[in-house]
Amino acid sequence: MTEEIIIAGFGGQGVLSMGKILAYAGMMQNKEVSWMPSYGPEMRGGTANVTVILSDERISSPILNKFDTAIILNQQSLDKFENSVKKGGIMIYDPSGITSHPTRTDINIYTVEAADEAAKQNFKKGFNMYILGAFLKLKPVIEPAFMRKGLEKSLPSRHHHLIPENEKAIERGKEILKAKYIISTPLN
Amino acid sequence: MEDIKLMKGNEAIAEGVIRAGCDGYFGYPITPQSEVLEYLMMARTEERTGMVVLQAESEIASIHMVYGGAACGKRVMTSSSSPGISLMQEGISFMAGTELPCLLLNVVRGGPGLGTIQPSQSDYFQAVKGGGHGDYKLIVLAPASVQEMYDFAKLGFDLAFKYRIQVMVLSDGAIGQMMEKVVLDEQIPRQTNEEIIKNHPWATSGKTPDRERNIITSLDLDPVKQEKINIHLQEKFKRITENEVRFETLMCDDVEYLFVAYGSSARVCQKAIQLGREKGLKVGLLRPITLFPFPYDEVAKLAKQVKGILCVEMSAGQMIEDVRLGANGAVKVEHFGRLGGIIPAPDEVLNRMEEIFISKNNYGRGTN
Repeated sequence: MTEEIIIAGFGGQGVLSMGKILAYAGMMQNKEVSWMPSYGPEMRGGTANVTVILSDERISSPILNKFDTAIILNQQSLDKFENSVKKGGIMIYDPSGITSHPTRTDINIYTVEAADEAAKQNFKKGFNMYILGAFLKLKPVIEPAFMRKGLEKSLPSRHHHLIPENEKAIERGKEILKAKYIISTPLN
Repeated sequence: MEDIKLMKGNEAIAEGVIRAGCDGYFGYPITPQSEVLEYLMMARTEERTGMVVLQAESEIASIHMVYGGAACGKRVMTSSSSPGISLMQEGISFMAGTELPCLLLNVVRGGPGLGTIQPSQSDYFQAVKGGGHGDYKLIVLAPASVQEMYDFAKLGFDLAFKYRIQVMVLSDGAIGQMMEKVVLDEQIPRQTNEEIIKNHPWATSGKTPDRERNIITSLDLDPVKQEKINIHLQEKFKRITENEVRFETLMCDDVEYLFVAYGSSARVCQKAIQLGREKGLKVGLLRPITLFPFPYDEVAKLAKQVKGILCVEMSAGQMIEDVRLGANGAVKVEHFGRLGGIIPAPDEVLNRMEEIFISKNNYGRGTN
């Protein structure tokens, strides 16, 4: 099993921390992991992205241009990474603020209205957890017990009392995932 | 239980030097390696091991503080990124002349000049061919993973003291900034003063009645003596060349088309090999781990076996000169690289190999 993921959005949306939680959880589950952030000028205001790889084998390149899954949180990232999803791969995006939707017909496309849900539940800081839940629904690469360990590892201990709320958001994210475009015949 | 952590490359080497019994770190912040100083500050090294961590007023001050610490027989280091390492070259040359051991870390960013903060490998010449003046070499270690960033802290200090030489870990922004798993070792205690006096008789650790005064200087105006010093240095570099070559090969048993790459380029090539093997192409990788001493013999051996060598570097082509020396004309050696902080994509690297050596109009040895 190797899962190559790009997570991209605005700085402050929890892009890097979502990736960090996945990487920590993967490590706790005894997987090989890599977490490669964009740390360049784009991080200082604007878009941020991180490549996360979870694998049962030694990871080759932490730097990739094709991904199994793209998790997209703003328009710039959608434009930039739509074509970086492997054929037959998955794109998950939050449609709020998106005016130009993805058009590819050789990948599976899902939406998750995480920003709306986070506002509704009055848990805006948990925005990225709804997204993470949606991803885990489609790719259950991390078992729930290890998700908790990942949260414990990546959150500072003063925030540990928020873990149950985060887990709830992950579960809710699984429910609000919607299929937008599914390829009829699975590609190899 | 094994102590495993998820760390950035910069954090891993910082933890590595603490656990390797480092006595002092002197540095000045610069992206993309500021986490080294930051981590050491946060790690409360004074309490953990008594290690001194000091932010100097400049890179020039840092390297000369390293000079002073090393002269006392201490395990000392500095780290910086490309422009900062350029500033340190005078001090490094002085340490070469006085044979003072130390660990240097360059987390390379794109140049020339202030360049960019993105990863690059354009400091190969500076690190391997001598960045300062005079006939000297550094041992240059090129980590390709976060684990190696950690491991090379201890290895670096060990080699530095074994040969009384300056060891440079030549990393880049990608390895420095990414997180991977790291298996940590037990803490090695720092050397005591008694151990320093006993093990490093050259150090200026305080004159005792039973020996002459130790003087550490790189100045000797008598050319006859200066030549002797130089011959001694060259003999040392020769011993290092004979004993310390390190490299890794991947899929090289049946390889026909060989990538040679170090650091993060080598990781990109590993993916390119996976993609190539899926297509049925017999591609493999030679990854030099020591850039000095360079694995010339392994290049020579593989050059006789393969139909083409592609040297992949995030530079305009620097290591390729050493690869060509090793291949010695046995096979065509070509370069591929991206410049200015851009990391090549795995399929881009593989396409280049196919274009140059495998497609019909190739000019490699295969169809000549």
